[in-house]
Amino acid sequence: MSENYCLEVKGLSKWFGGLAANLDIDFSVAEGEIVSVIGPNGAGKSTLFNCIMGFYKPNSGKVSFFGKDITRLRADKVCKLGIARTFQVVQIISDMTVLENVVTGALLRYTSVAHAREKAEEILAFTGLSGKKDFRGTELTIADKKRLEVSMALATQPKLLMLDEAMAGLTIVELRQIIDLIKKIRKQGMTLVVVEHVMEAVMEISDRVVVLNSGKKIMEGPPKEVVSCPEVIQAYLGDKYRAVCK
Amino acid sequence: MKNFTAKPITIAGAVLALLLIFPLVITQTFPIHVMILVFMFGMLGVAWNIMGGYAGMFSFGQAAFFGIGAYTSSYLLIAFQVNPWIGLILGGLVAALVAAAIGYPCSNLRGHYFAIASIAFSEIVRIHFNNWSLVNAAEGITIPMMPESLANFMFHSSKLPYYYIIMAFLLIAVIVCYIVATSKMGYYFRAIKESHDVAEVLGINVVKYRLIAIMVSAFLSAMAGTFYAQYILYIDPESVMLGAISIQIVLISMLGGAGSVLGPVLGAAILVPLSETTRVMLGHKGTGVDMLIYGFLITIISVYQPQGVWEWFTRIGKKIK
Repeated sequence: MSENYCLEVKGLSKWFGGLAANLDIDFSVAEGEIVSVIGPNGAGKSTLFNCIMGFYKPNSGKVSFFGKDITRLRADKVCKLGIARTFQVVQIISDMTVLENVVTGALLRYTSVAHAREKAEEILAFTGLSGKKDFRGTELTIADKKRLEVSMALATQPKLLMLDEAMAGLTIVELRQIIDLIKKIRKQGMTLVVVEHVMEAVMEISDRVVVLNSGKKIMEGPPKEVVSCPEVIQAYLGDKYRAVCK
Repeated sequence: MKNFTAKPITIAGAVLALLLIFPLVITQTFPIHVMILVFMFGMLGVAWNIMGGYAGMFSFGQAAFFGIGAYTSSYLLIAFQVNPWIGLILGGLVAALVAAAIGYPCSNLRGHYFAIASIAFSEIVRIHFNNWSLVNAAEGITIPMMPESLANFMFHSSKLPYYYIIMAFLLIAVIVCYIVATSKMGYYFRAIKESHDVAEVLGINVVKYRLIAIMVSAFLSAMAGTFYAQYILYIDPESVMLGAISIQIVLISMLGGAGSVLGPVLGAAILVPLSETTRVMLGHKGTGVDMLIYGFLITIISVYQPQGVWEWFTRIGKKIK
């Protein structure tokens, strides 16, 4: 049964002292699906990412990836198995050019730098950063940095891509571009888990939405259903959103 | 590296040729001695650069590896008559093993904390050797006289062979560093230097690659240590394990240009003659003027060229193009 899921999280809890950042969370992601995780600040979205990726060791619960138990596995091993992620605060190698950044990601699957470079060029063409490949990481705009981070993640050739607020702080035009990029990535058969605050984007790209509040999952379902759920509106979206929906 | 046109290769070839001819033209002992020190500290700088400049582990304890190399070969020589060339390799291996043993528990230390640990480590090693009767404690080891030959790693009549040997060692270190810098390892080291988090999500085994960097660096530093022992023919903890040596190595690498293959060599070429000549010219007066001048020049470089002198060279190179 569980082999049918790309990612399966069961009863996951993570405590920081007396605070439960994640409490008994269950959710699963089928292959090829886009699942968004939403919720107010401090709801435990990033903690959930960190537990899945192996940055935090969960106190209890189980994380499986294509049926394989990856709970408490170190992040680099999780990455090797095929999960890549981006960070809420962009993490790139500032000392390298755009191309070198992506090459570093690609080297996970290649020993030779020349082969990794070929792959990296291919990915930069896909994500639309080819024209800036010789720029330093520090010379990029925030939108391009996020795009670069996605490129680096893709370069590790994952089966599951987890994006942590890839759209925060972008202009409307940049937002459109990143939404298009996510759709393009999906078309290639990628499975995505996305933490996002920009509801327009969540509505547009998600197959399903998981809503967290105070560390607990309060709702899960198709986007339309989720935004009309009173509990979600009260916890996160606010009454204004209800008005807009109507 | 991409624009590696014929020009830099010609320059490198010319410099190499000049260095090969140098001791044949200038035959006084002092300049040759200074050049030998330049090569030796250049090698130590290149070794430091692999772990400090590329992998971001700022070691202030390289003297420990230098000393372990010197002591391993010298002890094996006086106790078991092991040939110094074999001692050279064994010294490198011992240093690499010690580096791994201390590096592993320090795997999660970053930035300043790693630097502090490296100082503590090298001081522990130095104090231990100062009291370790097996290696003559503070008395040190005198290398026994042997007939002059390459096989014995010993020459009495001329410094010339030492000059060429250490030049070859430096060349080896530079080549190793170049291979590391341009291979998968170099990319991974630089990612680790940026942040462990970003390295891990790119699938990099941070602990493993950090250990590789430390071990390669320790091996090369130990080689320089064995050379020093065979050149000076006397070692004690104060001459091969002193914290001042570690600091000198960091200084050379940082001022020359950390994170570039030849930066530390340039740093050694500038700082070593500077410190040696100021010491010889002014040191005997006992006023400390030599150290004042040396310190002043270091301050000048740090203020006006904080990325290291090498960066300045590459900038000029780009302008010429």
